[in-house]
Amino acid sequence: MIYNVLEYLESSKNKFPNKTVFSENERKYSYQELINISKKIGTSLSKNIDNDNTPIAVLMEKGIDSLATYFGIVYSGHPYSPIDNEMPIKRIKLILEVLDFPIVVTDDNGMNILKTIKYTGKIINFNQAISDEIDDNILNTIRNKHIDTDPLYIIFTSGSTGVPKGVVLNHKNIIDLVEWIVPALKFDENTVFGNQTPFFFDASVKDIYSTIKCGATLEIIPKKFFGMTGRLFEYLVEKKINTILWATSALCIAANEKIFEIKIPKTLKTIAFAGEALPINALNIWKKYLPEAKYVNLYGPTETAVDCTYYILDNNFTYKDNIPIGNPCKNIDILLIKDNKKANPGEIGEIYVRGTSVSMGYYNNKEKSNEAFIQNPLNNKYNEIVYRTGDIGVYNEKGELLFLTRKDDQIKHRGYRVEIGEIENALNSLEGIDRACCVFNEDKDLIICIYVGNIDKKEIILEIKKIIPKYMWPNRFIKLTELPISINGKIDRDYLRKKYCNE
Amino acid sequence: MNERVIEILEDIRPDVDFEAENKLIDDDILDSFDIIAIVQEFNEEYDININPDDLEAENFNDVKSMVKLIHKLQEEDF
Repeated sequence: MIYNVLEYLESSKNKFPNKTVFSENERKYSYQELINISKKIGTSLSKNIDNDNTPIAVLMEKGIDSLATYFGIVYSGHPYSPIDNEMPIKRIKLILEVLDFPIVVTDDNGMNILKTIKYTGKIINFNQAISDEIDDNILNTIRNKHIDTDPLYIIFTSGSTGVPKGVVLNHKNIIDLVEWIVPALKFDENTVFGNQTPFFFDASVKDIYSTIKCGATLEIIPKKFFGMTGRLFEYLVEKKINTILWATSALCIAANEKIFEIKIPKTLKTIAFAGEALPINALNIWKKYLPEAKYVNLYGPTETAVDCTYYILDNNFTYKDNIPIGNPCKNIDILLIKDNKKANPGEIGEIYVRGTSVSMGYYNNKEKSNEAFIQNPLNNKYNEIVYRTGDIGVYNEKGELLFLTRKDDQIKHRGYRVEIGEIENALNSLEGIDRACCVFNEDKDLIICIYVGNIDKKEIILEIKKIIPKYMWPNRFIKLTELPISINGKIDRDYLRKKYCNE
Repeated sequence: MNERVIEILEDIRPDVDFEAENKLIDDDILDSFDIIAIVQEFNEEYDININPDDLEAENFNDVKSMVKLIHKLQEEDF
């Protein structure tokens, strides 16, 4: 039995000490090198903080050093929280506040950000942390005290009130994920993952932990290649990448027939998409040029350890619309609930998740945790916490689950999970805006902001840039003299949606 | 043409100083979504067809290179 994700790393190191585990451009770490660096960081951190499960934030550029830091923090017996140095300053500040001013491990660029926000918590420079000598005694003591429900990481998602929610995942949650995904998608030591998703986004957890479990290799693909698809495909072939678990939006951008005509990334064997269903047109382009590959639709919120259902596409079948999210992953149970009862066959309901992968809730946010992590409505005999996703689904005639819509204002935009409320909060906090509201054009993946105020698009962008990340910026701005109000006194969103989403 | 190109670019990314930046791609200032929007706008505005082959960092790193690319593609059409 596995109790700590480090056991994956150490067991792979024993089998393949000199094999590359993580690589970015020309830099790489072997399993042995990674463990050495991580243990140094772990030793250094443990001298600075009590072993009490308080989180340690990582504000570093995406790369092999940030990965080494995550494992260093795990060695120190603490959960890590990845923060992107491209996040807006106000958001970084908010996250650090939610985490109660934790120790931050950072690089030179991150140091400047922390100076700008006058950070009062303790700051440790990455270079300083790796200059320490490994102290195995300290690390062994920490390991002996470890249990598998100790938190492993805290990843932040959009919060409708404007404050991001930090989802707390423990070792057992992630072990549950890895023990399912590796055999289900047939990963092994020959797998070369091509990582696309940012580390502050939990889809990357599959890449990272499947790699160390299998003794595989993870290649971090430089971000700039995602607009330059020809280059991207060359890179995949050059690095012999055979497995990609990407956000759907990244697969859509690359689904360009003209590029496939010039270059086919023939090394690819497994292509999985998550975040939202792949549009049929994009799927058909991929299938046309890579007909032998295995295509997988993965579904799951951050709160249930990345994935909770999956669907391996049948390459002989012609999909017309809505690719199923499929069947539960191993050791997970899906409940489809309508009016607190199990939905009847063919009936639409809300998706609830039951099992080991259900996370420990939101850090420092009991109110939001209690809304989403609740007693199983089908069981009133003993304590059993399930997660209500807010996703609405239905079973098809084959018994496969289909995702239909959201029951609230959460959207998937450019592959990211976004609360419309968080965008509106940011907009309404600006001085030149009297009132703003956003509607989402799902077909075109556009966020449309309708507002009353005396500033223009450029001024708005320059201000919200400091508050919310780029993927939350509205794509269109419409200035009105007043917002339409419905009978119940609220902004008439239905009217705005009808009027501005069908242009 | 420079001015119009900058106008188009600023509409897509009002927060970027296009006259000053010369490593728009290499420094990750523009992301994949920006590139797609820019290509679409250029194709429509200048009646050209930017090919996948043209999607190279050196063609999009600064305004000058983008104008050069547009000119090149316009000439090829004749």
